[in-house]
Amino acid sequence: MSDRVLMKGNEAIGEAAVQAGCQCYFGYPITPQNELTAYMSKRMIEEGRVFIQSESEIAAINMCFGAAAVGMRTMTSSSGPGISLKQEGISYMAGAELPMFFVNVMRGGPGLGNIAPSQADYFQCTRGGGHGDYRTVVYAPSDVQELYDYTFLGFDTADRYRIPTMIAADGILGQMMEPLVLTEYKQPTDLPSKQPWQLGDPSTQEPIWMTSVHLGEGKLEAHNLKLQKKHDLIEANEVRYEETMLDDAEIVIVAYGTSARVAKAAMLKAREAGIKVGMFRPITLWPFPNPQLNALADRIDNFLTVEMSLGQMIEDVRLATCGKARIHLHGRTAGGVPVEDDIVDQLKKILASKGDEIIRNF
Amino acid sequence: MNNKIRCAGFGGQGIVLMGKLLAQAGMMEDKHTTFFPQYGAAMRGGTANCNVIVSDDDVASPMVETPDVILIMNGPSLDKFEPVVKSGGWIFYNTSLIDREVERDDVQVVKVPANEIADEVGSTRSANMVMLGAVAEKLGVVKVDTLIKALDVTLHGKGEKLMNLNREAMKRGAALAA
Repeated sequence: MSDRVLMKGNEAIGEAAVQAGCQCYFGYPITPQNELTAYMSKRMIEEGRVFIQSESEIAAINMCFGAAAVGMRTMTSSSGPGISLKQEGISYMAGAELPMFFVNVMRGGPGLGNIAPSQADYFQCTRGGGHGDYRTVVYAPSDVQELYDYTFLGFDTADRYRIPTMIAADGILGQMMEPLVLTEYKQPTDLPSKQPWQLGDPSTQEPIWMTSVHLGEGKLEAHNLKLQKKHDLIEANEVRYEETMLDDAEIVIVAYGTSARVAKAAMLKAREAGIKVGMFRPITLWPFPNPQLNALADRIDNFLTVEMSLGQMIEDVRLATCGKARIHLHGRTAGGVPVEDDIVDQLKKILASKGDEIIRNF
Repeated sequence: MNNKIRCAGFGGQGIVLMGKLLAQAGMMEDKHTTFFPQYGAAMRGGTANCNVIVSDDDVASPMVETPDVILIMNGPSLDKFEPVVKSGGWIFYNTSLIDREVERDDVQVVKVPANEIADEVGSTRSANMVMLGAVAEKLGVVKVDTLIKALDVTLHGKGEKLMNLNREAMKRGAALAA
């Protein structure tokens, strides 16, 4: 284990992006992701690549559009309020089928909120956030190593499907330091060439029509159905999740990111107290692991979602399980972080409850 | 196990550095470790704290609700965190800046005149290193030798004069706690 380095989550994402061949980074400062922008300002220049601290978030995302259009590996990052401003551009990029990787290190909202850790942008991340019929691939790492590893995958998936992909992290993951193995990036050999669609030198290349506007009758519907085929493919191929101690489980905790870290500790404590609890951790929030959770609901009656939001991911768990199980909620908000003992207490309450009762912690 | 540690003091005392050094040393001893600072708006003289976990096992949650050990560098931090230490846990506190006794009787207390020793070494700023030396020697969370090696990584590029003062301060802290 001696080849490990101690790194902050934000910096681990930055280093992974550099390793993955990110050619252009555009960003605007916001806590709690500032170390990522700062890291890129140093490393991208060292590597002779493009770093711009833009005049606003809206400028940054439109710079991403331009860079992606000419085939650059492109990235931006922010926290909730900044990602809100970038949603128009993200929607345009999804419409124009431009690959981009971006990061939301979530903080408390709504509005300017606070700078404390949060997962309250779950809806924003998974429901598009911007306007129109589109999807964004969302990875939810839960430690610093995964922040690094999923940055690689974020870039690759973006290029593979010509779609914006993102990491949904939170202030704790961004700010914490953990040992990290700086694995070498190996680009998959089967990524499609950008040549057929990327804009190039107009003196040597035929004009290419790159747009997200389709005004002709039926044109946009045809385009969106083409996007949908891509979304179907992603749902079939890109779901990621982790299952822990589910074999004999009578109740399942569903949690992602930092919440999953605390939930895992709670699970281990509850196991010591004789509670047969397991954990299901979605790693992709979209595509959500629907079939896997649905299958679990065939044999397990109670699910407890643990999230740093007041009932957002729980909606996906309800949809996935189709009413086959009782879905309970442990939600904290605006900087509140789940506490191990509180989760254990709630597990006990749920297992002692009867009928259709739904137990929540607030 | 005494592996959940909170460092606290005022901004400028090197509180975050204490946490980083513990985590770096833990990693160098092939242990599992996490470090999480209080973050955001901070200023010299304001309050600062960070949490470190150093463990032989995988660290599930990086959050520290009930620290096993607190390293307290100033009075307001003792007031704030004395009540939350685990029963049977440890309070190391800087008697150079705190002139009261610990009130709890279910914890173990180590008094460290960190600033005085640092002054003797020749650098008031190294008071945090005295505290680290003391906790490493007393509890063996990480070895004093490893902490000294960690200095070279975490403070890479700093002048040799400062590094020597820090090393000496750590050793003096360790000698005090031995």
